Amino acid sequence: MNAPSTNQSIAAGDAGAGAPVAGGGRVRTPWTEFWRKFRKQHVALVALAFVLLLVAVAILAPWIAPYDAENFFDYDRINQGPSWAHWMGVDPLGRDIFSRILSGARLSLAAGFFSVALGGLVGAGLGLLAGYYGGWWDRIVMRISDVLFAFPGILLALGVVAILGSSMVNVVVAVSVFSVPAFARLVRGNTLVLKQMTYVEAVRSIGASDWTIVMRHILPGSISAIVVYFTMRLGTSIITAASLSFLGMGAQPPTPEWGAMLNEARADMVNAPHVALFPSLAIFFTVLAFNLLGDGMRDALDPKIDRT
Amino acid sequence: MASYFLKRLLGLAPTLLIVAVLVFLFVHMLPGDPARLAAGPDADPQTVALVRKDLGLDKPMPEQFVSFFGRMLQGDFGTSLRSKRAVSTEIAERFMPTLWLTVTSMVWSVIFGMAIGISSAVFRNLWPDRLGMTLAVSGISFPAFALGMLLMEIFSVQLGWLPTVGADSWRHYILPSITLGAGVAAVMARFTRASFVEVIQEDFVRTARAKGLDERLVIFKHCLRNALIPVVTMMGLQFGFLLGGSIVVETVFNWPGLGRLLVDAVTMRDYPVIQTLVLLFSLEFILINLVVDLLYGYINPTIRYR
Repeated sequence: MNAPSTNQSIAAGDAGAGAPVAGGGRVRTPWTEFWRKFRKQHVALVALAFVLLLVAVAILAPWIAPYDAENFFDYDRINQGPSWAHWMGVDPLGRDIFSRILSGARLSLAAGFFSVALGGLVGAGLGLLAGYYGGWWDRIVMRISDVLFAFPGILLALGVVAILGSSMVNVVVAVSVFSVPAFARLVRGNTLVLKQMTYVEAVRSIGASDWTIVMRHILPGSISAIVVYFTMRLGTSIITAASLSFLGMGAQPPTPEWGAMLNEARADMVNAPHVALFPSLAIFFTVLAFNLLGDGMRDALDPKIDRT
Repeated sequence: MASYFLKRLLGLAPTLLIVAVLVFLFVHMLPGDPARLAAGPDADPQTVALVRKDLGLDKPMPEQFVSFFGRMLQGDFGTSLRSKRAVSTEIAERFMPTLWLTVTSMVWSVIFGMAIGISSAVFRNLWPDRLGMTLAVSGISFPAFALGMLLMEIFSVQLGWLPTVGADSWRHYILPSITLGAGVAAVMARFTRASFVEVIQEDFVRTARAKGLDERLVIFKHCLRNALIPVVTMMGLQFGFLLGGSIVVETVFNWPGLGRLLVDAVTMRDYPVIQTLVLLFSLEFILINLVVDLLYGYINPTIRYR
């Protein structure tokens, strides 16, 4: 299969839908091929492990946190640094920072995941339509996404929050807006390539409807690219969501959102720098993990890079 | 070239009109009654009605838009609800600090980012590459506000070398521009590397080496120019990122610039300031894209303008 650009060779293999042919005893599906290349990238593997750990923490936070993130106050240890009782120290109100970081993981991951999912869904839909039907619809969608693509995301998000008001749900909506054009471009590009393929022509010749062709035969061909982009986008979205909370336009105190925690910590940087340090590190390592994982997945799907 | 430039400049007019319409609609979508906001929280219904008539908010929407647009063309952007001063004065005062901050960030991050990118590509898979790319992926992962607070804690609070907040001397620019530029430098490094790695594998590079050209000349003359086109595109995109990033960084460093003005205006629902700032940011943004398009022709003479 001679696919022209990076992600399509595997993508088109997916869409081919035939059972993979066993060769030399081992079945080589696009998946095993992907895994074979992915597992050689040790950095990406570590990132994957960290992401899985984060997800576990996010789900189990209320049970594994040593103290209540919002309603436990240790008035004797206000602003104290890390100790055995409080691993990451205590904040100016006497709350346990470690517990708040754990609970914050849930918020940050959820904000990142849902905003990219929403943006990806809308963007992929628009991209499929634009790529498949072409014409004026294509031109309008691409024009708008060109403008949106380059427009500063946080400015756009700020505008959305200004209209809808400050809350975590609105932050998710605001952040999702600027994932839309990127997904639209990506899926449109893939669709343009895939709709020229012989198998699509074959499906059309047996009388399949546009809906069947797009959903069952073209969309699956973009899934791998979408998943990689989804991962890479998560990091940026988590940062933007945290930035909005930092500016006071997302999660409101006492919610243990990492960006909001940093904003609260600003008041007392001289006496209690550790209050700012741990949320910073939490955001950094989370975003870093998603970025490294995304890079690794991209390289594993790239047919030009082999046996790295 | 000149006629192309003129054509593009004229092409800005409809784009700006569309942006103006969007901004106008956007302000009308803001929750809360602007007349009540302008009159103040303690105003009685009569006063609110009076203010509404005064601001022309009782007229139909198209009429309001025409007068809004007409006043804007004359340089009248209304009065800030918060400070009761002309929006144009508010913005004029804060324009330069943001511009300088953006420019200094852009300059250092482009130089630094490209240097890392080039050395990573030249020493591909060797230690300069590993170090450079580790720095770069950290740079895109560290949120600007956290970096700003960290730098301020180390260099201003602990070591006392640099001032914390304000924009009075060149020393005030150091930490904010490092903070603002770090993300851009990281993106530029990754992008330059990717672009360079492709160019280095081209046939003409092999030819240049084969004819015994000095490696430095091959890299900086033959590769750089060819690798630069996508890099310049990215630079244009990053300017937009800087405009957005300045909002966060200005809040951290209490910078007297447009970004913080916007945050304050959104928090206070100061809609004349919001609409003017969004228009201004859009205009800057459109102009930067125009400059990027023109730069293409300078770097790559085979691009013809029509």
